[in-house]
Amino acid sequence: MRQKYLIEIANALMLARWKQTLVAAIGVMFSISLFVTLLGFMEGLNKLLDGMVINRTPHIRLYNDIQPSPVQPIDLSKNYKEYYNIVRSIKPANTRKEIYNFQEIISRLRNDNRVEGVASKITAQVFYNFGNIDLNGIINGIEVEKEVKLFAFGDYISAGKFLDLETVSNSIILGQGAADVMKANLGDIISVTTTEGEQFSLKVVGFFQSGMAEIDKVQSYASIKTTRRLLGVKNTYVSDIQIKLEDLDSAPKLALEYEKFFKLNAEDIQTANAQFETGSGVRSIISYAVGITLLIVSGFGIYNILNMLIYEKMDTIAILKATGFAGSDVKKIFIFISMSIGISGAVLGAFLGFLMSLGIDAIPFSAPSLPKVNTYPIDYGIEYYIIAIIFAIAMTFLAGWMPAKKASNVDPVIIIRGK
Amino acid sequence: MKEKIALEARSINKSFYKPVRIDVLKDITFQLNKGEYASIIGRSGSGKSTLLYILSTMDTDYSGELFIDGITTKGKTDKELAAIRNEKIGFVFQFHYLLPEFSAIKNVMLPGFKLNKLSHEELEQNAYKLLETLGVEKLANKMAYKLSGGEKQRVAIARAMINDPIIIMCDEPTGNLDRKNANIVFNIFKELTETHNKTLLVVTHDLSFARKTRRIIELDDGRIISI
Ligand SMILES: Nc1ncnc2c1ncn2[C@@H]1O[C@H](COP(=O)(O)OP(=O)(O)OP(=O)(O)O)[C@@H](O)[C@H]1O
Ligand SMILES: [Mg+2]
Repeated sequence: MRQKYLIEIANALMLARWKQTLVAAIGVMFSISLFVTLLGFMEGLNKLLDGMVINRTPHIRLYNDIQPSPVQPIDLSKNYKEYYNIVRSIKPANTRKEIYNFQEIISRLRNDNRVEGVASKITAQVFYNFGNIDLNGIINGIEVEKEVKLFAFGDYISAGKFLDLETVSNSIILGQGAADVMKANLGDIISVTTTEGEQFSLKVVGFFQSGMAEIDKVQSYASIKTTRRLLGVKNTYVSDIQIKLEDLDSAPKLALEYEKFFKLNAEDIQTANAQFETGSGVRSIISYAVGITLLIVSGFGIYNILNMLIYEKMDTIAILKATGFAGSDVKKIFIFISMSIGISGAVLGAFLGFLMSLGIDAIPFSAPSLPKVNTYPIDYGIEYYIIAIIFAIAMTFLAGWMPAKKASNVDPVIIIRGK
Repeated sequence: MKEKIALEARSINKSFYKPVRIDVLKDITFQLNKGEYASIIGRSGSGKSTLLYILSTMDTDYSGELFIDGITTKGKTDKELAAIRNEKIGFVFQFHYLLPEFSAIKNVMLPGFKLNKLSHEELEQNAYKLLETLGVEKLANKMAYKLSGGEKQRVAIARAMINDPIIIMCDEPTGNLDRKNANIVFNIFKELTETHNKTLLVVTHDLSFARKTRRIIELDDGRIISI
């Protein structure tokens, strides 16, 4: 039996009921297109929201916590060795947050192939002087190019150029909130007072908007060089080492490893931002559930049309069987019908879904906190299309299976006698 | 000797159990030789159609044994029985039963597709010749649902013959034909038996038709009363 004849018979049957066949295929097409659009949109949003945190948060941050020494002088004394020594209100003696021999640490990390990149950072506590008022502020001294490359710093610059931080001496990128309060414009000179009481003049070369107003009121950025000058420290001073890993999920494990190895504090991104993971996980589950429900509904559509087709074409099935077609041939015919509906619907649906995604992607959407986002976010992940198509094909096969089995079991004698 | 027998039934019994037990066929035993032209007659409800469905291997729910071309049908799977039907048996139903989705010639070719012994072209040629023999070659490319009853009947006969079967069974093939067309069908069958050594088994109510056949098997109340 050449399959092409079964296909010819299947095509003739579909053609005889082309309207219903088309409706079933359109059903699949719509559910697939909605599936990919929904997931693309939802994941786009997820990535955008997660990106607000994950993209610019170091996967692991190495720092020196200021802590009182666990070994107090009394513990060293031989006389009190046999006693429980309780010392209350211990204060740390050494206030230096500096990471010693950071260059060696960094070069070691650079050679670690689990690490994508490393950027060092320091912070300076300051007051922004605005007339008579002093506003609290924190200036982050960063390695600008690395910060842009590793932590998407550039995406949050709402005005000005981030590279000016390196090229213009004594320059600052102000948080949008702080800038608004101080009525500062690009090119203005502002003055800040450090905790040591020294005043500095800094030129505003840009504004920074993180999406969280509280942060934007306080945080500003300067080059690491400028910040060292503010702090009055030597030009090898580094207080934070920020690490971006190749694999985000390995952060907690590596954090522990580095903590032991470098004898520093290490904080991983999962510990720092636990709530974001859950949020996007739930959103993903909801959109998959809705998408799969759509596909299942269209599966019932296929099941219906096939049942109807079989009911209408009982005579045809009976003749095929009477003239020597086996039950399995009949089954193949109806599975083929079901699969053609499913596959054509799935392919067209994926295409339509792509067009719908393009449509959503073109709708203007401006969030004040996201200066680089002008339209709704869409994730064009090929995986949504693959999942949708595979699921649609599997579902069509199942939806076709039961009616096809029923068709293959039609007893020609009953049909022929029934006339 | 064995090769001469096209079909053999050995004490076939068949009962229906719903709603009450009826024994429709009782101890049916007979043989048909190759080239024989036989008719089955009997009153309405005597079990003629039921017997034909069993002999054509479509109905397997009976006791007794059936040999087609010397091969028993006992213990064969549905698939094997379908293959036997496809290759060795041609069946013409009382109500023509063509596939309305296909043209007349495609309908004729369909069992040939399944048998898959000839190329598409050869099959088409054979189908056309058969339609010619039956005088409906002009309708070859007409869709089946557009044909008249008598035309459909002749196309159905052509379909029964396409795989060159050993035996052709018909359930009242002339039931809804006028006398002229019934005669045409009768003569076609006669020629098939005489010049092509085909075996024909025809269920009919038409006594004048039956009398012209070589052999009459008469059923009464599920029993053969004359062979
Ligand atoms: N599915 C069934 N269930 C119960 N009884 C049945 C069934 N099919 C047929 N019968 C009975 O079997 C008997 C024989 O039926 P069959 O169709 O073989 O008769 P027939 O000789 O072909 O009659 P006709 O000449 O009217 O076509 C009838 O009495 C009929 O009522
Ligand atoms: Mg009958």
